[in-house]
Amino acid sequence: MKCRSCREPAVIDIRRHNAGFCRDCFLRHCREQVKRAVEDWSMLVPGDRVLVAVSGGKDSLALWDVLLDLGVDADGLYLGLGIGEYSDDSGAMARAYAATRRATLIEVDIPSEYGFDIPGAAAATRRVPCSACGLSKRHLFNQAALDGGYDVVATGHNLDDEAAVLFGNVLRWNTDYLGRQLPVLPAAQGFARKVKPLIRLGERETAAYCVLTGIDYIVEECPNAVGNKHLGYKAALNDIEAQSPGSKAAFYFGFLDRASSKFAEETAAGRDRLVACEGCGAPTTNAGLCAFCALVAKVAR
Amino acid sequence: MKVLLRNPRRELEMPGPMRVHALLDRLQLNRESVLVIRGDTLVTGDAALADHDEVEIRPVISGGAR
Ligand code: SF4
Ligand SMILES: [Zn+2]
Ligand SMILES: [Zn+2]
Repeated sequence: MKCRSCREPAVIDIRRHNAGFCRDCFLRHCREQVKRAVEDWSMLVPGDRVLVAVSGGKDSLALWDVLLDLGVDADGLYLGLGIGEYSDDSGAMARAYAATRRATLIEVDIPSEYGFDIPGAAAATRRVPCSACGLSKRHLFNQAALDGGYDVVATGHNLDDEAAVLFGNVLRWNTDYLGRQLPVLPAAQGFARKVKPLIRLGERETAAYCVLTGIDYIVEECPNAVGNKHLGYKAALNDIEAQSPGSKAAFYFGFLDRASSKFAEETAAGRDRLVACEGCGAPTTNAGLCAFCALVAKVAR
Repeated sequence: MKVLLRNPRRELEMPGPMRVHALLDRLQLNRESVLVIRGDTLVTGDAALADHDEVEIRPVISGGAR
């Protein structure tokens, strides 16, 4: 197989583009896709200070790398979740990457700063670890962005992530989530802007980006991800994709183009009900404590 | 050839030469879900793998709310 652009031998084939790419043309393709997502959705404006949510995995490190290459002012934020070896290894990868690029990595360690870890929170709340983890991440990324004077939080959600989330929301017709599933959430009182610049790249592409640029990322999955619904949706979508390349992109981008605005009203209604958390001041729909402060109150030792 | 699989980490011996696609079919792996790495680079589905090759088949699917 030859590279679509330069006819040199290809190192990767991307069936949804019906194309192969050599290393250099592939890396350019990745940068172009990010640039295009950023432009199409007005994710960034010149001078923005960006905080990248860095997990040590392929997506967030690829995202950080591409943004730095595109000349974006981007620092990283790593959250210590206290998930045993997974956290130790992923933190080491994030630090190593930051050191090679001489980039700034901010770290927030949940166990030492808030007195709990994700497995402990799961046990205390009797819910799956991803639930406490997800809400802690949303809260702490936003908090760190506001505290550090960043305009934007950028996350490594890729096309596969977004298609899988969409699939789950459609299966259950979670209409309020459907209204919020956008590549950009504008800044609002108490909220930094949130952007997902990798939506035009599949996770096979973000992994390939890391392999080809020599970025060492954590390949071993978080132990809590095993068997979760999100992975099941991804597997189902990949079965469809194998039969009919381009299905995931058509599903997700068709939603953004033709359906998502139809759900926007329900979401807007939810926004009006926000009040300030009594613990941290963050906007919340709960009277009293926000979900994160309530979690801390419940589980902190 | 030597085939390294991840999550969990394990090694298989497979007869070569064989094309990458054929190897993935034999192992019942979806080609959307993996990359095949030889040395420090990737190989495409139509690439031929020799009997003395060592390759890693790396899953690319990651999960969890992020
Ligand atoms: S899999 Fe779940 S617990 Fe693990 S890092 Fe992701 S969201 Fe957190
Ligand atoms: Zn090329
Ligand atoms: Zn709070």
